[in-house]
Amino acid sequence: MNSPVKVHSFHGGIHPPENKRQSTGAPISAAPIPSRIVLPLQQHIGLPADPVVNIGDRVLKGQLVAEAIGRISANIHASTSGTVVAIEPHAVPHMSGMPSDCMIIEADGLDEWVEHQGLEDYTSLPKPELIEYIRQSGIAGMGGAGFPTDVKLHLGDDHIVNTLIINAAECEPYITADDMLMRERADQILGGIEIIAHLLKPLHIMVGIEDNKPQAIRALHEALDDSSLNIDIVIIPTKYPSGGEKQLIKLLTGVEVPSGKIPADVGIVCQNIGTTTAIYRAVKYGEPLISRIVTITGDAAGHQQNLEVRLGTLFKDLLDHTEAERDQLYRLVVGGPMMGITVDNEEIPVIKTTNCLIAGTSIEMPPQPPAQACIRCGMCEQVCPAELLPQQLYWFAKGREFDKASHHNLFDCIECGACSYVCPSNIPLVQYYRFAKGEIRKEQEEQRKADHARLRFEARQDRLEREKIEKEERRKARAEEAAKAQAARKDAALTKAAAPAAEKASGVPDLKQLKSNAAIARTKLKKAEKALTNAQEKGLDGIDALQATVEQLQQKCDAAQKAYDDAQKAPAAPAKPALDIKQLKTNAAVARTKLKKAEKQLLAAEESGSDDVDSLKAQVAELQQKSATAEAAFKAAESGTTAPTAAAPAIDTTELEADIKAMQAKVDKAEAAWKAAVESESPAADKMAAGVDKLKGKLKDLQDELAKAQASRSQASNSQSGSTPAAPAVDTSELKADIQAMQGKVEKAEAAWKKAVESESPAASKMAEGVEKLKGKLKNLQDELAKAQASSAPAAPAIDTSELEADIQAMQGKVEKAEAAWKKAVESESPAAAKMAEGVEKLKGKLKDLQDELAEAKASVAPAAPAIDTSELEADVQVIQGKVEKAEAAWKKAVESESPAADKMAAGVEKLKGKLKELQDELAQAKGANQPAAEPTSEPTPEPLDMKALKQQVSIMRTKLKKAEKQRAESDNTDPALDAEIEQLKQRHDEAKAALDAAEAELIAAAAKEGIDLKQLKIDAALARAEVTKAERALSKVEDASDTSELEAALVAAKTQADQLSATLERFTE
Amino acid sequence: MALIRITSPHAHKPGSTGNVMLTVLMATLPGLAAMTFFFGWGTLIQVIWGSLLAVGLEALIIRLRNRPVRFYLQDYSAVVTAVLLGLALPPFAPWWVMTVGILVAIGVAKHMYGGMGSNPFNPAMVAYALLLVSFPVQMTSWTAPFVLTGEGWAVLGLADTFGAIFGNISPTMIDAYTMATPLDAMKHRGGFTTEEMWIQSQMLSEGIGAWHAVSAAYVMGGVFLMYKKIFTWHTPVAMLGALAVISTLFFLIMPDQYPDPFFHLTAGATMLGAFFIATDPVSSATSNKGKLWFGAGIGLLIFIIRSWGNYPDAIAFAVLLMNLCAPFFDQYTQPRTYGHSKANRGLKGE
Repeated sequence: MNSPVKVHSFHGGIHPPENKRQSTGAPISAAPIPSRIVLPLQQHIGLPADPVVNIGDRVLKGQLVAEAIGRISANIHASTSGTVVAIEPHAVPHMSGMPSDCMIIEADGLDEWVEHQGLEDYTSLPKPELIEYIRQSGIAGMGGAGFPTDVKLHLGDDHIVNTLIINAAECEPYITADDMLMRERADQILGGIEIIAHLLKPLHIMVGIEDNKPQAIRALHEALDDSSLNIDIVIIPTKYPSGGEKQLIKLLTGVEVPSGKIPADVGIVCQNIGTTTAIYRAVKYGEPLISRIVTITGDAAGHQQNLEVRLGTLFKDLLDHTEAERDQLYRLVVGGPMMGITVDNEEIPVIKTTNCLIAGTSIEMPPQPPAQACIRCGMCEQVCPAELLPQQLYWFAKGREFDKASHHNLFDCIECGACSYVCPSNIPLVQYYRFAKGEIRKEQEEQRKADHARLRFEARQDRLEREKIEKEERRKARAEEAAKAQAARKDAALTKAAAPAAEKASGVPDLKQLKSNAAIARTKLKKAEKALTNAQEKGLDGIDALQATVEQLQQKCDAAQKAYDDAQKAPAAPAKPALDIKQLKTNAAVARTKLKKAEKQLLAAEESGSDDVDSLKAQVAELQQKSATAEAAFKAAESGTTAPTAAAPAIDTTELEADIKAMQAKVDKAEAAWKAAVESESPAADKMAAGVDKLKGKLKDLQDELAKAQASRSQASNSQSGSTPAAPAVDTSELKADIQAMQGKVEKAEAAWKKAVESESPAASKMAEGVEKLKGKLKNLQDELAKAQASSAPAAPAIDTSELEADIQAMQGKVEKAEAAWKKAVESESPAAAKMAEGVEKLKGKLKDLQDELAEAKASVAPAAPAIDTSELEADVQVIQGKVEKAEAAWKKAVESESPAADKMAAGVEKLKGKLKELQDELAQAKGANQPAAEPTSEPTPEPLDMKALKQQVSIMRTKLKKAEKQRAESDNTDPALDAEIEQLKQRHDEAKAALDAAEAELIAAAAKEGIDLKQLKIDAALARAEVTKAERALSKVEDASDTSELEAALVAAKTQADQLSATLERFTE
Repeated sequence: MALIRITSPHAHKPGSTGNVMLTVLMATLPGLAAMTFFFGWGTLIQVIWGSLLAVGLEALIIRLRNRPVRFYLQDYSAVVTAVLLGLALPPFAPWWVMTVGILVAIGVAKHMYGGMGSNPFNPAMVAYALLLVSFPVQMTSWTAPFVLTGEGWAVLGLADTFGAIFGNISPTMIDAYTMATPLDAMKHRGGFTTEEMWIQSQMLSEGIGAWHAVSAAYVMGGVFLMYKKIFTWHTPVAMLGALAVISTLFFLIMPDQYPDPFFHLTAGATMLGAFFIATDPVSSATSNKGKLWFGAGIGLLIFIIRSWGNYPDAIAFAVLLMNLCAPFFDQYTQPRTYGHSKANRGLKGE
């Protein structure tokens, strides 16, 4: 049997003093039953066991008290009978020194066994059942690591195990537990080996034992030589750490376990000699692992010996038993001196892996002297059993160069301590390696976490991007809808603007119109005068003509002024001041906005160092002035209208009151939202606060308005009910002035832009945009003016036409003069003749235009029926709509920025929408009430108007105007004549526009005559469309919900209605 | 008594760096004795003078560096440096030569690099190389081996030697007792073949025995250190082996121009270098394989410089040059770790 096995060798190793003799003098004896047993729930590698008994339960010796959880875990049994008194954290033998959960059993001293019985014939049992049986016994590797044994016994399933190695080397100094076990219980070892061999079916079994245990070797031979198994007892030279699993495998087989693999991967399974006995006792007698042999040694241990100790016995009890010399005790080591751990108190229990307890004195285990510098002597390298370069690893660990340490195979270090043992500089090398390993593991963990976080972040970015795109798409869709709605609203506004025209077509001379006429005339006069002086100064041609024009204009101006004065003296007709105020208010607002924009532009320009800063500054100044005037005008108008509001006091005040209430509610809500935002520390809080302030301001305004309205009403009621205070006319002159200013601005901006283009300034594109914007504004103002004029035009058709007639006369005069000049030029063969001919042609064309205009104007004079003014309501609707839009925009922003206030804002938007709806309904009602009133007063329209022609007219004028402007822009020197021409063209254009608008008003009136309120129709259509949009939005919001059918039905209904209304509307507008 | 908590291992082999250095000092004794016997009191005086200087300077610098002086002096590394330098210097080198040498060795080569364990170059050899290039006259004036030249110990007694070194006796007087070393003679033999050189210089051929004896003494010390496991065989064996192989090669090809390998191994400071200089752990390679390369490199460089260089001996230069390469060797000669199929090379990511 004892066939010679070649003993290989491993690199390095040391020969520390063995110190084994002290504890082998006495046979193994049983330690007394302690009064208290402390069983840590984790005595093994893997998950801690789960208690299956309760506090207060009486447990018997060998009873299962904690159950293995998961595959790598081990059962725990009571090691004596007694009562469970606690399951709580308690000091355990662990390197960290941290307490962990333990079951504490108060022993009753009876040591009463639970009923247990071994297996009669384990070979008859299927292997999995036998392994499970061993698992139930809670056996874990007793050599030191405490790996659950049953897991190793399963290795036969997925590995070919050809060699079973029984580790009996016991290479650590001091420890003799295995030695004594072999000496005394070799037969049990054989029994255990047989069971393991039965499970793993190895070809070869080797028992590795160091040559310093001759008695044990003899005992093993006696027991094993008769075995039928292929067992070799291999005597290996005494060298630390030959008992290390990898080193023993190398010694016995010459095979190295590949780094990162387990021995089973190379067909080898190792079991500790103590484990084999435990398996034997479990299978043979049914005794779970509840006790083990512990070497109590060290110079301070008293009687140094090996004891059979119940698991959970405290060190204190053992040291008491061996009569340890406590005053000598300096270091208490659990395990061997090379790899064992120190504990700082004796209240620590023996666990399954506790093979030795060294009670060292300070002479035996002196404190380590301070470390000296590493001199790279390389002694550590010579003794390293893992063939590392310990001194290099030390440098890397010390310098925190962990990647280099890893590259030098730090993780192959088994922490045997041989390097530290030999280091002449007393450097605690193993400590450095543990530190480095810990740091690297931490880094890896952090890296893993970082990777995880990165993945999550990227996923989130993707999602946000996706959502953004979706949102953008939705936004676009909504914008389209909104554009449609806007168009609808514009139509409505147009009709609304036209409505007063119809209302005011009462034939009463309009003060406002007169005033504006006077103003226009003055302006014209001034311009002409300017042109004249300019021409005189420069000695240009056509001074005569200009002088004539000036004279004519002077006359006209005087006439207009006179007419206005007369009209003023005459009793004023009742008029609707509200519109005016609103207009003025709008003007003021527009001016403010413009000012702000211009200021912004200026700021941007200053920042970008653009050269047109000066011009912008000028603009800003101008705008400021204008804004101020607009504001002043508005205020003046407002104060002027306090009385006239009595014209419709009832409606006004109730409406105002309703408005105020609504506003109050809004303010409250906004405040609530703001407070919530503040509480949730939302970044939108500031903005909200501003919003709240604004709303409050508005509320104040409304309240003021109400107060005024009420005051005026009371005044009105006090005075004669019949008396109608005079109302100031719509001041178109102001508008015109605005337009002129705007035109000037446009021109300036264009000039600046051109300059910028020429100088290739980078600001050119921005300026171009600015010019476009200004042009847009100009257009708006012109439209506004046109509307205003349209509303007042029918009021004084005579004057209007007279002006036109005057214009025509003037033009005729001009034409004649031009013709005369041309003739002269032809005669004198002047080179300017050709140009003059062109000019004459142009003038003639203009004359023609004017004549046409006159004809149209005359035709368009048509009276309209006055109606109850819904304009205020409409304005309210518009205001609310604006609010809704703003709120929606804010809400969208909030959603985008993921503000927590988004939900609340959404609610606010919904409420505002509801209010809008209410107002719209109200408006509709008011209009409905208006209609019957309007019907009887409505008069037949003289004749159908040719809208197309009018539209053409307007476009022709616009084209001409643009051409002229272009011409001026192209010509280098400024031609005052041309300027004047442009001015005239502009006016004409405006007038044509006004005519068109008036015609549209006619159309509405015509429709009204048929019993259909076109405006109402338009509004209804717009409302219907809005309804559709709303429904769609609602539908898209609840996409995931199940009850979309209802919403879909609502959407379909809304669409149908909208389509119908649109169709009706189209019938009238085309 | 309170129990202490400390990580494993709890056992430690007795011994310290100081013990290692003392063992090295002990191993130099045969060499020192031989030097003194053949070349007079000079070497002994140099060694003692150098040691005093070195310990004083080390203490001063450690004090300046705010470190525990006593603790650091316990490692005797300064003494070892001084002894090695003393053995390498000509026995009658003036006192200031040693002074400059110690200043450079301890002050510059050792402490400027961080002190014990951090110096990339062998401090004694840095000092030696500096002295050699700075003071060629003093550094090449070797005493004739007295015993063999027949004039005996009486000529320069302890007091005279002391006077010669510390400046009371004029250099000219010393000149009378100096002669070229065998390596010097070999280097400056002019047009002679090696054989003719020996015939031409009676004194040298008689005196060479002294050099052989000193070399033998160093070998004794080196073997003792290997036995004490202060260093492994790798460096000296590789160095001597490489030198022997290459000198044999050239000797076989051109025996007229190249001295025999035995001359190379024993005529100069080869043995001192092999067992006491190249084995300095701090500045040499640390892996076993690295030490082989390191030693072989020194051996080759010694032959190259001796044969074709400008200096008769080359231990210092060869060792310093290979010191430069030591970190490289360490990175590319890592041992194959247990469980790995092959050894790692170099450093990751570099």
